[in-house]
Amino acid sequence: MHNSPYFLKPASVRSVMLRVLLALLPGIAAYVWFFGAAVLVQIALASVTALLAEAAMLKLRGKPLMLYLGDGSALVTAWLIALTFPPIAPWWLTVIGVLAAIVVAKHLYGGLGQNPFNPAMVAFALMIVAYPSLMSQWPAVGFTDFAPQLNAIFGPRQLDAITMATPLDALRTALHTEEARATVAGVLGSSASFGNIGGKGWEWVAAGYFLGGLYLLQQRIITWHMPAAFLLTLLVISGAFAAFDPGHFAGPSFHLFTGGAMLGAFFIVTDPVSGCTTPRGKLFFAAGIGLLTWIIRAFGAYPDGIAFAVLLMNIAAPLIDMNTQPPVFGHKDKRGSAK
Amino acid sequence: MSALRKLFRFHGGVKPDYHKHASTRQPIAGTPIPAELVIPLHQSIGGPPRPLVQAGERVLKGQRIGDADGNVSSAVHASTSGTVTAVEMRRMPHTSGLSALCVVIKPDGRDEWIARQSFDFRNASPTETRDYLRDAGVVGLGGAVFPSHLKLNAGKQGRLDTLVLNGAECEPFITCDDVLMRERGEAILKGAAIMREMLAAGRVLIGIEDNKPEAIAAMMAAARAAGDDAIQVVAVPTRYPAGGAKQLIRVLTGIEVPHGERSTDYGVQCFNVGTAYATHDAIALGQPLISRIVTVAGNVGQARNYEVLFGTPMRDLIAPCAPLPDSDRVIMGGPMMGFRMPGDDVPVVKATNCVLVGSDALFPPPPPEMSCIRCGECAKVCPSDLQPFEMYWFARARLFGKAQEYHLFDCIECGCCAYVCPSRIPLVDYYRFAKSEIWAREVEKEAADQARDRYEFRLLREEREKQEKAAKLAAKTAAGREKAAAALAEAEKPARTPEEEAKHALIAAALERAKAQKERAHPENTSNLSPEQQAEIAAIEARRAEIREQAKPHLRADD
Amino acid sequence: MALGAIVLGGALGYAAVRFRVEGDPLVEKIDAILPQTQCGQCGYPGCKPYAQAIAKGEAEINQCPPGGEEGIHKLADLLGREFKPLSAEHGIEKPKAVALIDEQTCIGCTLCIQACPVDAIVGAAKQMHTVIAGQCTGCELCLPPCPVNCISMEPIAESVESWKWKYPVFKLTPSRKEAA
Repeated sequence: MHNSPYFLKPASVRSVMLRVLLALLPGIAAYVWFFGAAVLVQIALASVTALLAEAAMLKLRGKPLMLYLGDGSALVTAWLIALTFPPIAPWWLTVIGVLAAIVVAKHLYGGLGQNPFNPAMVAFALMIVAYPSLMSQWPAVGFTDFAPQLNAIFGPRQLDAITMATPLDALRTALHTEEARATVAGVLGSSASFGNIGGKGWEWVAAGYFLGGLYLLQQRIITWHMPAAFLLTLLVISGAFAAFDPGHFAGPSFHLFTGGAMLGAFFIVTDPVSGCTTPRGKLFFAAGIGLLTWIIRAFGAYPDGIAFAVLLMNIAAPLIDMNTQPPVFGHKDKRGSAK
Repeated sequence: MSALRKLFRFHGGVKPDYHKHASTRQPIAGTPIPAELVIPLHQSIGGPPRPLVQAGERVLKGQRIGDADGNVSSAVHASTSGTVTAVEMRRMPHTSGLSALCVVIKPDGRDEWIARQSFDFRNASPTETRDYLRDAGVVGLGGAVFPSHLKLNAGKQGRLDTLVLNGAECEPFITCDDVLMRERGEAILKGAAIMREMLAAGRVLIGIEDNKPEAIAAMMAAARAAGDDAIQVVAVPTRYPAGGAKQLIRVLTGIEVPHGERSTDYGVQCFNVGTAYATHDAIALGQPLISRIVTVAGNVGQARNYEVLFGTPMRDLIAPCAPLPDSDRVIMGGPMMGFRMPGDDVPVVKATNCVLVGSDALFPPPPPEMSCIRCGECAKVCPSDLQPFEMYWFARARLFGKAQEYHLFDCIECGCCAYVCPSRIPLVDYYRFAKSEIWAREVEKEAADQARDRYEFRLLREEREKQEKAAKLAAKTAAGREKAAAALAEAEKPARTPEEEAKHALIAAALERAKAQKERAHPENTSNLSPEQQAEIAAIEARRAEIREQAKPHLRADD
Repeated sequence: MALGAIVLGGALGYAAVRFRVEGDPLVEKIDAILPQTQCGQCGYPGCKPYAQAIAKGEAEINQCPPGGEEGIHKLADLLGREFKPLSAEHGIEKPKAVALIDEQTCIGCTLCIQACPVDAIVGAAKQMHTVIAGQCTGCELCLPPCPVNCISMEPIAESVESWKWKYPVFKLTPSRKEAA
């Protein structure tokens, strides 16, 4: 017999996770529109792999299978991996990534709720370190033919025709290789991969994620703290450096609307398990990710820095939480808050 | 009078289904006197009262049958006239199902009162009034049963700004305060007036959740009739747990009273409306607390409020309410904070605000507990601004010290966190577990510390006695040797030459000196004592000698 | 590089001096864990001597039956030693009990009073003795000296006040059950 409270609000981990998946749909739709249906194949591939891996791990750990398999957390991880990996990545890259996330980053650390690192970001970081070139081949915007993309995933890879550097990659490569001659404006103006605000096509995908993020906020699944702190930090620091040296530093709109910034802001940074939980802690945590992301983007060797930034801040999360505990009832100030 | 006043917000809270309508359709009903009353002696916070009656004794309605044990305790009374059939262990209305001392009364049906006399509190000292209320058994009827006389103390400043009457009643199903306010507002206000005078409180704020418009209207009418501008009826937003004393104080005054501190130090005190009513009964009518309003609700056909004599078995109360056939449990209190009863035979006590009949259909067993995903929902709804998932984490790992660091004891066990938890973790169960473990450990530690002190004292005492004994023995043997030496000297005297004589004298003198020195030196722990200490020792020695004399014939030969 | 090493070494040295933790006397810490039953089952005349013996490394940490498994775990944590099950030769873990003197049989010999390590028995020669239940540690040292065997150990019954909420039970059904 259980004890009070006898009333429980209808809520479940599964419903939380399903709403997160739902919130990803607008972004995915834009993704498919601009970059082809390959991403759907990746999502399906990642989902199946994740569920199988999850089931195997639950079985090995003697946990109730259907209960945890049905919670949807593995699917969220799978979808995030599929959305952060190049859609034309070979199938085994996605599979290994998902296995690394589910088996190592999640279950070897104790399963749902116990993992100190964001599993999807572990997968991304691992794969970009291990296979940097494969992780940098993205389909060209507007080149949505399904057959060659499918061929890239499952068959012998003939990529030249369909790939294009991502905006972040293009800018970084240009700035790094042509040093003195290249300027941000020049690179952005000359390349076909840049759109009006961010990367061409990418800006719409980002807008889709933003929409999904608003839905999550409305559903109270995430709080405003993390997206706001992350995006603001990125905006302020990129804005400041762009104002200081517009030739070598891209501006805020570029940073916010390319790469994984929007996906990160609402879906990755906000992972509750591996992140901070106190309101103030969330601000510090997400701002830290924003700062590190920008640093890696501006000075680092990898095209996007969100994965590394998230992992680095994951390490700091317990410390931040410990030092940002909110005051409890009656301890907000000496004489009650009315006075 | 109600005025538009600025209300404050407490953090968190939830809005469960209220289910209050069913039990407010009919007025308060009386209950027949049951065949047997089982009145537990311990019905309040504090020491268990001492029984004043024995089996076979006849008692009158309102006669004191348990006397407060010290000041932090409260008396209990016979709820009707009859014969005490036993003072024995009976099952308590407590989740544990354990028994405690109860007075069992077989009613005689005459319901004969003791002589009732109002108490002239205006001509009594505050202490006398408090003692009177303690002996009248008045305790907090909101559910915490804290002795009211202890709270009717204005504290350091001798006066308060605000007396808060709690009519918020935020728990689902429970409507006992609601109907009390609807039907007996005048008596509540009279009780509040007594409390206000005792506390020298500037104003009285009656906080009622705005889902009880009838009660608000009734209380406002009563306040108008009383014509006292200092009494204000305030509708507070309906949000569980607005009826928590600290939360209501916060909503009405903006003051947050920290855990472990007295609200009177912040110029405010809070009583349940039922307690105000009981205070009026005790002071103005001379009737001790022997009954209360109890809501019977839940899985019953006819939910209703009853005025129930303490000691009435819950099943007698449930029967007329037509419990549905699938009913399988009785809960004392509401669905958020109530406690499962070991059976329906346990008696109604002062803490019983509601007898909630339950079934699996009404209160389905929770789905299996899953891992915490740290989503923070619990922290969002916690009215004490805690981080429930952190406390859960530590309580689960039995790291009680860490749980306390995260303010486990600020938790009021309102159940909001468990209500919203998507992982369906019985969070409050973890807090209850951790709290009772911590309390048990504190009791154990105290006992161990005491045992250590007593053991060390005993060692000290044994050591002292040993040294004293040794000293005495040494003195005795020294004296014996001296005597023997003298005898020897006597015997050898004629044979000695004067030179030898001189030598012996020298030796004797040296012995004497050595002995004197030895005596001065022993026992060591009696040297360098102050005159007081010496006097004390002498007195102890004298007593000891006396005892030894008395004990001599009984002592064994070797002692 | 060398300069860096010197600076860092200096900083470390300074930190070692500045932030040195004054070690609490170990014996006190061990004694605080021991239940203070003073029963001597460990082979030492009391809890403190046993604590001293543990601190010196002369005694094992699993010789205290009243402290039980929990006590051994705490000692193991404190001392960084391996947990060992309670040593059988020193006794078994029993529920906490208090001594009760059958007052009809007691002849007033005072032997139990002398045996009680915490002076929890009152009485005088040829007078009836009684145990102060609140002070009794349940050490059982008063049982053997009693010439008429009038002392018994009564387990402490759980009361409504001492009752504890149980650890919430995990309602997880193992996956193999599901498969079946």
